[in-house]
Amino acid sequence: MNARTLDPAHHLIEKEPYYEAVGDEIQLFEAAYRQQIPVLLKGPTGCGKTRFMEHMAWRLKRPLITVSCHDDLTASDLVGRYLVKGGETVWVDGPLTRAVRCGGICYLDEIVEARKDTMVVIHPLADDRRTLPMEKLGQEVEAPPEFCLAISYNPGYQSVLKDLKQSTRQRFVALEFDYPSAALERRIVATESGVSDAVADNLVRFAQMTRNLKGSGLEEGASTRLLVHAGKLIADGVSPVTACKAAVAQAVTDDADMLKAIQELSSSIF
Amino acid sequence: MAKPLTAAEMETSLHVWLETEFTYFKVEQLAAELAPLAREEQDFILGWIRRIASTHITLAWQFGRRAPALLPRMERRLLEAWAVHTCDVFDRTGLQTALRVMEEVDSFDDAQHLNDAAGALFEDIAPVLGNFVCGLSGRRLKLEEGDAAWTDGERIVLPPLIAALPNLDDNFQLAKATVALLWAQTRYGSLRIDHAAVASGYADPERALARLHALETLRLTACIARELPGLHRQMQRLRAEIDPALPSGWQRFEAALASDQATQDDSLAMLGAAYDEADCPQWSDQGCLRPDAIAAARAVRLDKEKARLRIKLAELLEEHQVAQPDPQAAPETPPELDVTPRDENGLLDFDITLDDAPIAPPEGVKQLLTSVYLDFGEIPPDYLTPAGDGEYDANRVFDQPEDPDAVWHGTYHEKGAELYPEWDHGRQHYRKNWCVMREKAVTPVHDSFYRDTLDKYAGVVKQLRRKFEALRDENRLDKRQTQGDEIDLDALIEALADAKDGSEMSDRLFVRLHRAERNIAVAFLVDMSGSTKGWINEAEREALVLLCEALELLGDRYAIYGFSGTTRKRCELFRIKTFDERYGDEVKARISGIRPQEYTRMGFSLRHMTKLLNQVEAKTRVLVTLSDGRPDDYFDVYRGQYGIEDTRMALLEAARTGIHPFCVTLDRDARDYLPHMYGSARYIILDDVRQLPVKVTDIYRRITT
Repeated sequence: MNARTLDPAHHLIEKEPYYEAVGDEIQLFEAAYRQQIPVLLKGPTGCGKTRFMEHMAWRLKRPLITVSCHDDLTASDLVGRYLVKGGETVWVDGPLTRAVRCGGICYLDEIVEARKDTMVVIHPLADDRRTLPMEKLGQEVEAPPEFCLAISYNPGYQSVLKDLKQSTRQRFVALEFDYPSAALERRIVATESGVSDAVADNLVRFAQMTRNLKGSGLEEGASTRLLVHAGKLIADGVSPVTACKAAVAQAVTDDADMLKAIQELSSSIF
Repeated sequence: MAKPLTAAEMETSLHVWLETEFTYFKVEQLAAELAPLAREEQDFILGWIRRIASTHITLAWQFGRRAPALLPRMERRLLEAWAVHTCDVFDRTGLQTALRVMEEVDSFDDAQHLNDAAGALFEDIAPVLGNFVCGLSGRRLKLEEGDAAWTDGERIVLPPLIAALPNLDDNFQLAKATVALLWAQTRYGSLRIDHAAVASGYADPERALARLHALETLRLTACIARELPGLHRQMQRLRAEIDPALPSGWQRFEAALASDQATQDDSLAMLGAAYDEADCPQWSDQGCLRPDAIAAARAVRLDKEKARLRIKLAELLEEHQVAQPDPQAAPETPPELDVTPRDENGLLDFDITLDDAPIAPPEGVKQLLTSVYLDFGEIPPDYLTPAGDGEYDANRVFDQPEDPDAVWHGTYHEKGAELYPEWDHGRQHYRKNWCVMREKAVTPVHDSFYRDTLDKYAGVVKQLRRKFEALRDENRLDKRQTQGDEIDLDALIEALADAKDGSEMSDRLFVRLHRAERNIAVAFLVDMSGSTKGWINEAEREALVLLCEALELLGDRYAIYGFSGTTRKRCELFRIKTFDERYGDEVKARISGIRPQEYTRMGFSLRHMTKLLNQVEAKTRVLVTLSDGRPDDYFDVYRGQYGIEDTRMALLEAARTGIHPFCVTLDRDARDYLPHMYGSARYIILDDVRQLPVKVTDIYRRITT
């Protein structure tokens, strides 16, 4: 079996990605898109930011180019660079340039992780100029109206080093994400993983307990994504306690006491 | 196996440890009792006599007299726990209570303690169950060790050992069930009952309370069955194993209280009937009921939380009014604040509406609302009137940081201080909460010390600047990389030439910008003991000035603290510069204001700095101590071996958390103990005090590159 190779710049998401709206975020995003305002998604990990972007790309029928930022990501990684091919130098567009050229949606995930110089590139794209300067080519690419820039960031890190500068954040419309309400989360877990409502209910209850632990030894509580993982394992025949241990407890902490405490919580519920 | 020691051999050691010259303990008899034991058993008991003797000789003597008889019937792990517990009690409350604990072991009954070997010790289970109870909803409850299992609505107390069952796992499950039932008392309204009023209505109040407790246990068990079915299964299994079946008369109560509508009022309604029942069921997981503790905690909490909530709501209101300035709506009627609690799915949540518009309550308000809800089962309307101006004195309602000096003017207590353990090498155990530590500020002295020092060391400063600037890791272009932002033309031309030449073409054709960040946090701990008076103190201050100059150049994050103390009750750390503070005039004046204080108790200061350093985010953490010699304290065992061992332990603890400790010492005479004391830490000895200012910066440069 061959894996399909996709060219993100021309690939449209065909099937509707499952997404449950928590509030009016879909409407807000669509309005911002029409008004050509870039969007900032805030929220803890695993609460559905990336899924939301996929859903919006499907809704707006635009290709989605996602870049997961890391601490070594430079401006040229986004814009493009010269490569050497058989004795000649060839310019290769970076993902951001590709998105601008094809009028797609460029989603920079965890933007604070990237090097500071990347901000300089996105600033002119993020205000009313909507252009991408390409210094090395001596060009400036103007973004078509279909182009949309979205970035995400997790304010929970609370580190001064990983904060978004005011000059950056004030260019964006901000959508705040949080864990969905219990009823909604139950529906999400049940739909995504295929477990019964009763199991989903217990999983959500368990997640709530781990979220209570945030601040007393746990950095983050269990995210919806982890619940879906646990749910999928349960649906596949793994016992709930084992599934919670593997998919949730081990994922949120390495601390032995905390692990045991979380396991005791899950074994109390199931 | 080694040969057992003879009585005579043991007598010699016992004479020394128990100081029989002064205490007149009859060690001959003890030695005779120990003589027939196996060598290994002798070593075990003798070892503990020696260790306890370092705490108190009488305790050691009492231990020795009892231990040989206990050894055959008591698990060694427990014997040890008992010895350590006795020492802890001695630390906390003195000899009399410790002797009482020692004597309790006489009533040690084999049958009753059949399962002790598999018992769950509080210190083993507390970290797990503490987190467990945090994860459950409702008010945050603390877990503490005490005489029995009970709760007052703010903390859950467990006994030191839970050992009702023959294996460890089951005993842990029993402890967990107990914690869950005690938690449920707070969560499901049992503590809302006015126990004193209820009990007074019956001829035999004890009997009434026991039956009420049993009824509530039935109701709470049903609550747990709904909320935590997994735990409920375990509880049922354990109860089937060790508890007698429910008396037949009680079955009807159980059935009635199993409804999810049942509240504490239903239990109260049934109390009359239950009172007349001959038997009263008891479960091993239910703990005891302490109405006095519950009432006392509640009385303190109610007023305080009412005030806190009303102040918080006033703040919340103010924020919202500022956020939505509406000139039309003059505030004729006070805004209507409404809170609806939602208690569903095991989750407590609150919807707050302001004039029917929902607002998001901050975390602090939510917690207060939860606590109030648990006390009343609703949010009483008078709790929702925001506090007016000046209605409460915020100083009284909220816990204020204690002024570290004021404590000494009043009574002698440990309020507001941080407690640190200390390593007792004689006991080979920590003394818990032994050092009472306070952070204090150095009184700044605004004089010309800073400028004078710079003038004095003008040449050195110039050199320092050059050296440290060279150290600053600048951004640079790395050439000939496989990946990079731009093409390395030189490399490319070379590679093309190679290709033409027929040899293989290199793939290292790019230049890459290397960004080096010095990610170092360093804490300096300066000896401020009385022995530094004079030259050393001055050298220390000068060294700090030069260090700060150098560190400012590098941009490393740094903090400076001074330590001193008199006895364990008065350990003081002097803030000179915190990590967040800028190196400004104030800090300079504080460096100038460093004055010799009292003694050199080092352990607590190392432990506190370890804690502070670990809160700073940095790739490398360095802890540098400047001291003038061996640890010492006023009329205390800290002088000598004890202090050296404690310091060594504190340095080991620091190293274990990933900190790099480095010690600079001026002690010229006694180098023999240094390698042992500094153990894991690297250190350097300076012979000449006058070298200190110049050397210290040099040392810093060496250890951080």
